[in-house]
Amino acid sequence: MKNTWLIIILYLIIFSPTLGEARKSIILATTTSTQDSGLLDVLIPIFEKKTGYFVKTIAVGSGLALALGQKGEADVLLVHSPADEKKFVAEGYGINRRIVMHNDFIILGPAEDPAKLKGAKPAEALKKIASAGSLFLSRGDNSGTHFKEKALWKASGLNPEKEKWYQQTGLGMGQTLSVASEKKGYTLADRGTYLALKKTLHLVNLAEGDAILLNIYHVIEVNPAKWPKVNAAGAKAFADFIISKEAQEIIKGFGVNKFGSPLFFPDAGKKEKELGK
Amino acid sequence: MDLIFEGVKKAFWLLVTFDPEVLSITLLSLRVSGTATLISLIIGISVGTALALAEFPGKKFLVSLINTGMGLPPVVVGLFVTIFLWRSGPLGFLGILYTPAAMILAQAVIATPIVTGITLAAIQALPKNLRLQILALGATRFQMVWILVKEAKLPLLAGVMAGFGGVISEVGASIMVGGNIKGYSRVLTTATVMETSRGNFDVAIALGIILLLMAYFINLILTQIQQRERPR
Repeated sequence: MKNTWLIIILYLIIFSPTLGEARKSIILATTTSTQDSGLLDVLIPIFEKKTGYFVKTIAVGSGLALALGQKGEADVLLVHSPADEKKFVAEGYGINRRIVMHNDFIILGPAEDPAKLKGAKPAEALKKIASAGSLFLSRGDNSGTHFKEKALWKASGLNPEKEKWYQQTGLGMGQTLSVASEKKGYTLADRGTYLALKKTLHLVNLAEGDAILLNIYHVIEVNPAKWPKVNAAGAKAFADFIISKEAQEIIKGFGVNKFGSPLFFPDAGKKEKELGK
Repeated sequence: MDLIFEGVKKAFWLLVTFDPEVLSITLLSLRVSGTATLISLIIGISVGTALALAEFPGKKFLVSLINTGMGLPPVVVGLFVTIFLWRSGPLGFLGILYTPAAMILAQAVIATPIVTGITLAAIQALPKNLRLQILALGATRFQMVWILVKEAKLPLLAGVMAGFGGVISEVGASIMVGGNIKGYSRVLTTATVMETSRGNFDVAIALGIILLLMAYFINLILTQIQQRERPR
């Protein structure tokens, strides 16, 4: 019995938990793609060193990130769901929405390509998937990618929700890609996550390069007038940092060594309409 | 198959080189789950013993609730703790969402019913006359309770293992209330989920192996204590 007490006391001494927080922290709600690709692991330490803020990154889908912002549970958002972002800002939940970077979405599928998508335009490609009844994996999680996918189906005049060949994973981008790869299905993914995971997947890029497939990331500060508990100064510091020259240079070079091509293209200061031209 | 071999190799490599990131993740796992288990022991053993000894109407109902609580789904606990800890939530003033403290809180909520339930069963399994015998020998009420707890030590240690095993391996609550923040609230289970979604399967397997090894050694120590002091 003595030993038990010894262990408990030793434990308390060695691991006495530190509950308080010494540094000022910011809650960054963002999409899974910025974390799964590893970009934030490079950017955030630099920002923290520079400003002394501590960033709590919560990687969820854009839909949930915006919902957290709407409740004042996050300070700054890095998201890619432009239509919802505009609504978010228009309703007064967010301020200073600024463009950060872009990449593009691609439609992926197994190399055998049973629905013969290769080379088709995105809307046409979806029609081919539908008419062939080939398996399509949707994120189904209200993420930016999921919203983009829904917009694409709408543009092709189809509603796949109830179809047997249309399955929703409810998972992040990385996991959805794994599911599509294992089940030999088609899916929509952002190029960044695809390139980062390419080595573990049996999927090939079948449709790309259309303006409708553009994937644009914006940074939005949560409106402190609406939520007084928001760390407005920290949010602004982070937003200013991510569009600063230094961060934009890092974004430009990120992944070039590892994947042979950049995962994201920096866009600070540009207009949304100028992209993809 | 190659992948598993790669994972084992990676785990070995991360262990022998004392990889600082893996080391800090492992220590945090221990710290969070250990503290949560400790809290659950303090609450669970007191409540479990009191319940076992008391007789009151509605006791059966309460016990059935606790027994159900032994299987609380971590994600459900995570969801409720998150809502409570939100800035707009009832405990928002604490400001501990996305911190290790929040993870300790959620894990303590998961482990407490487990420890309570096992304590309850352990104390109730003691011979009924023991209590009378101790009191007849002139012990105070407090001494009687203390002797009963000591008598039930073996099953109670099983309760410690079950509680600790439950929280060190859970991921749903930790990822929701902790946020899996690098170098701050990332523990072995949440890191495994993240590395899997990043496609780094070898690292994910390695983290899984480290988690199993750690759980094994902790249980080995507890089992040593339990088996050495076995009566008869």
